[in-house]
Amino acid sequence: MNESVISATDLSLTFETNDGPVHALQDINLDIEKGEFVSFIGPSGCGKTTLLRVIADLETPTKGVIKVNDMAASEARMERAYGYVFQAAGLYPWRTIGGNIKLPLEIMGYNKLEQKERVSRVLELVELSGFDKKFPWQLSGGMQQRASIARALAFDADILLMDEPFGALDEIVRDHLNEQLLKLWSTTKKTIGFVTHSIPEAVFLSSKIVVMSPRPGRISKIIKSNLPSERTLEIRDSKEFLDIAAQVRDELRKGSSDE
Amino acid sequence: MNKVKDFWSLIGPVFTILIAITAIWYASAVWLNSAWAYDKAKRANVTISFSEMVTDTMMQEKPLLPSPHQVIKEIYKTTVLKKVTSKRSLIWHGWITLSATLLGFAFGTALGILLAVGIVFSKSMDMSVMPWVITSQTIPILAIAPMIIVVLNAIGVSGLLPKAIISMYLSFFPVVVGMVKGLRSPDQMQLDQMRTWSAPKTTSFWKLRLPSSMPYLFASLKIGVAASLVGAIVGELPTGAVAGLGARLLAGSYYGQTIQIWSALICAAILAASLVAIIGVIERITLRRMGIQI
Repeated sequence: MNESVISATDLSLTFETNDGPVHALQDINLDIEKGEFVSFIGPSGCGKTTLLRVIADLETPTKGVIKVNDMAASEARMERAYGYVFQAAGLYPWRTIGGNIKLPLEIMGYNKLEQKERVSRVLELVELSGFDKKFPWQLSGGMQQRASIARALAFDADILLMDEPFGALDEIVRDHLNEQLLKLWSTTKKTIGFVTHSIPEAVFLSSKIVVMSPRPGRISKIIKSNLPSERTLEIRDSKEFLDIAAQVRDELRKGSSDE
Repeated sequence: MNKVKDFWSLIGPVFTILIAITAIWYASAVWLNSAWAYDKAKRANVTISFSEMVTDTMMQEKPLLPSPHQVIKEIYKTTVLKKVTSKRSLIWHGWITLSATLLGFAFGTALGILLAVGIVFSKSMDMSVMPWVITSQTIPILAIAPMIIVVLNAIGVSGLLPKAIISMYLSFFPVVVGMVKGLRSPDQMQLDQMRTWSAPKTTSFWKLRLPSSMPYLFASLKIGVAASLVGAIVGELPTGAVAGLGARLLAGSYYGQTIQIWSALICAAILAASLVAIIGVIERITLRRMGIQI
């Protein structure tokens, strides 16, 4: 048994709105072990993004306990325990790609030399070497998203949280980035939490798939993947892959037929 | 060939409007000044033809509306032909107004940015200061300007500073409004991102909010500098009209010197346009350096 990096116990989050309370999350129990690739999948409104935001201490749960690296989520955020990749790349237009990646490093007080080293290292990781002097508008959407992943990798966080990072990209670019992300995962050995609404993406990437259902947002099933850790896009035609995808689809259907 | 075409597509529209304005101006001058021309002829007991009337409207000494060439001649006379130090030089008067404008603009910009920062960072300042900022602009500047001059004079402050303060009064407002909007322009995602790096508030101010606000700041500065000039001119009116473009306007109206009034007006307009253009150039350079496409 590996050590648990992220653990949620009886976690609930209720938003008070003018139309009454919205149960975004209810009784979430989840353990993510070191080095796992965990996908959160579900229809919109199932709380998958909210759960990721709770882990990142961007939302505060109304009930239950969330621990990250054995600390409270807020402490973990202060310790810069994770890198977060948002749906939009969110690069600053007035900074070059290199400058954008340096931004968290400047905030965290790395010295100039180390900043430079890290920028070139992570740019190589996302295959963007030589682009550090370019401005964001000079890059395609996929390249911008890769730069934002590089930014999240630049500092020493063992956890990478990604909220539908490829949601806005077309399928071909998305496939390519999925392959790159897997490679990145195997070289960096990071623990990854990944929100998506695409079944093939979730199955292709994950070692564990968390299927969620809406109203109230809850975990309906956790599916462990038995696919080998070395994967290529062709694996999507294999029987094992299709079996897991079918399981996820069934579970999603069950969740939505509740209404 | 292409360059010539580009040049014309740039200058053409401006040129067309300029010609149209000049034509309307001349026509209006003939129409408005004709009464005086006929009146003069009637008193001299002569009848004048239409062309004689038109000629007369172009060269009256105190016309209701001076014709463009009279104004241009007056401007030429009071800028190029007069020594800069002469009290009849429009450049001398212009400089007096300009110095008050620039000082007031600097004060106004500083005050505006300071207030905006306070408003963005403190909820209580947002609630308490913003209504007063808006109220301040509902008071006619013509009503409050003499008060400022008189009060400051009573405590021994006169000359440049009172005018600059009136300039500031007008110019800080667009800066506050623009900067509040600009400093709040980063979206929730960008602010969340700063949170994930557990960046202190001051860091997200310097690295995110301030750079994001630059396009808004420059838009405000353009309005602010024009307002500053108006403030400085208004500030010169109650001082007894000794110096400055405002003084020229007032002196002109005392003695019915319409040509002098119009030349001061045109000079003020040219000054305002130049100031706005200079800020436009600084804006382009700054934003381009920042990599922002405009």
